[in-house]
Amino acid sequence: MAAGANEMKKTNRKYRYGMVIDLDACTGCGACMVACAAENNLAPAPAKVTDRTSITLMRVFQVKEPAPMPARKTAFVPMMCMQCDDPPCEHVCPQQAVELDPRTGIVDQMVQRCFGCRYCMAACPFHARYFNWFDPEWPAGMEQTLNPAVAPRMRGVVEKCDLCHGRFHEAQDRAAMEGSDNITYQPACAEACPAQAIRIGDLNNPDDPIQVQIGKPETFQFLVKLGTKPKMYYQSKHDWVKRLAERDSANGNSNRRDA
Amino acid sequence: MAASAIKPPLTAEIAASERQWIARGLERCSPLAFAGWMAPWLILLGVGIYATYLCLRYGLGATNLDNRFGFGLWIFLDLAVIALGAGAFFSGFLLYILKWKEIKAVISSAVVLGFLCYSGAMAILAIDVGQPLRSWFTFWHPNVHSMLTEVTFCITCYLIVLTIEYLPILLKNRRIKQVPSFLVFEWELHKLIPVMAGIGCLLSFFHQGSLGGLFGVMRGRPFAFREGFAIWPTTFFLFVLSAAAVGPSFIILTTKLVEKITSKRLVKEQVYQTLAKTTGVLLTAYIALKSVDTLIWLNSTSFNAGFAPWEYYEWKPFGGWILFAEIVVFGMVPALMLLSKRIRTRRGVIVLGALLACTGVVLNRFVMTIQTLALPTLSFDEFMTYMPNWVEFAVFGMVIAYAVIVYSLSYRYLNLFPQEKELSAGNVEVNDVPVR
Repeated sequence: MAAGANEMKKTNRKYRYGMVIDLDACTGCGACMVACAAENNLAPAPAKVTDRTSITLMRVFQVKEPAPMPARKTAFVPMMCMQCDDPPCEHVCPQQAVELDPRTGIVDQMVQRCFGCRYCMAACPFHARYFNWFDPEWPAGMEQTLNPAVAPRMRGVVEKCDLCHGRFHEAQDRAAMEGSDNITYQPACAEACPAQAIRIGDLNNPDDPIQVQIGKPETFQFLVKLGTKPKMYYQSKHDWVKRLAERDSANGNSNRRDA
Repeated sequence: MAASAIKPPLTAEIAASERQWIARGLERCSPLAFAGWMAPWLILLGVGIYATYLCLRYGLGATNLDNRFGFGLWIFLDLAVIALGAGAFFSGFLLYILKWKEIKAVISSAVVLGFLCYSGAMAILAIDVGQPLRSWFTFWHPNVHSMLTEVTFCITCYLIVLTIEYLPILLKNRRIKQVPSFLVFEWELHKLIPVMAGIGCLLSFFHQGSLGGLFGVMRGRPFAFREGFAIWPTTFFLFVLSAAAVGPSFIILTTKLVEKITSKRLVKEQVYQTLAKTTGVLLTAYIALKSVDTLIWLNSTSFNAGFAPWEYYEWKPFGGWILFAEIVVFGMVPALMLLSKRIRTRRGVIVLGALLACTGVVLNRFVMTIQTLALPTLSFDEFMTYMPNWVEFAVFGMVIAYAVIVYSLSYRYLNLFPQEKELSAGNVEVNDVPVR
């Protein structure tokens, strides 16, 4: 171990982290949402918070097939930042508080620089960005549960999923200590999913097991035609679920509610 | 007893002393009547200051804004007042660059209005952002690819230009100009004004355009997204043109309103005719280009993004009527009314045409801001509506009150309308102004 510390290695390898989410496996249990909130130090919602002012960096939507009962089926769709390769939020931010990290492919939000204009929220078609409408407050004693690897955000700034950057940094340090250039880690949502429906991988690595999943015919992405190049992939063997990918192919389906 | 009998009453004393601040030859109401006019606006200002305190102390959770409607009433009205305030730059352009001398009759008023619109919009923006103290970061870490960076830079610079343009008007006050150094300063400043008008035009062109670009570049919102020329989406040019078109109309409306309130004639009819005709020409060009742009968007841009355009208008209350209203009722109709000399010279047509034109552009800003955010993007997304709460209305009311108070003070103590003295003498025919 001591020798490892002396031989810390800096890697120049470029990663492009992405995810594959199996919608047929997702049961809508919401464990990913809870794990995400705990990992990222989200403060308990004040009494005034509504569904539309809460912060859910990971959010599972329940979508129903536009078919009459009893044939109607239900799918659960976990949505978070799509970590676009051409992120519309990055282009619009007036003070470079959003940055696509070329080393990881992760779209970072620098909350210390954000002044809360919310232009990025308007620009994001996936509604993956959240504003801190209230001061974050933890009841006495609850601060003991805070994750020391993630800085809590202040009121008046925008935040989003950053693929558990705290965990990424730990993995990076670990790899450096071990002299490896292979940084692998599990975000909190993937770790918590009991159905193992969420998988992360390096899209730049042709040997990564995620490549097999991406190559499958049941894999699709949301709103590809908008040209933002998302790095989140979804899978389903059901045609009606795959048709959710684009708005004009979804037969006007808007039959959703939060899981 | 004898001494107090010859002493004038206190109100008369105040009136006499206050009279010395009002330009010679101008009739103004009594200080008491003026105080009565100002009182409700001051109350509105007070309520708005309290609402501002709530936002700054407790955060924007005090408003009805939410994660879907990050932009709401404030951004919509900011865009609207900035478009209406374009009269300042455009009348400056007409007077100092194109040398339309008759615009001089309204230029001071236009500058004050522009200053109020822009400073009011900046004040609202300072409350609207989550961390106002970090606003300077935009200057320190500017993202040159962001339309909002361009807007921030240009609006800040233009507000400085408007302040410099406002100063000579202020320094011409009857009492202030008695200080020799102020008079000299005013004289020197005045020489700068044509240069300032030129700079103002350039800045306005870019920020009015970039305000349109804000929405046009949003690829993730196909309702707003437009293709364009080089880095500028078509909304860039449409916003510039529409702002230039309604700027003169807003000057007409405000001047007519002041005339109505004060029961005075302030500007000769020929000036109104020129302003109305200017709106008519520019509005015609705007509506023609907007129609072409809308057709391209409906038939190509939207489909390419994976969105069937008719679906945008299936969500009530934003049906197809809103597009019809924007282009026909508040576009083609006022353009025709103000373009045709035969129609616009009829009684009341200028005011109606100007009102329709201004409403059309305000509606356009509403559509770009609110309808854009209300429409769903993901296939399982919901259409959402939003209603501002009292805090948002009160903050906007505060800015309106601020504008009315400053404009009222400016009208009372500064000579905003150079033709007022002549017209109030009552010996001028309607059309006897020297035509350009």
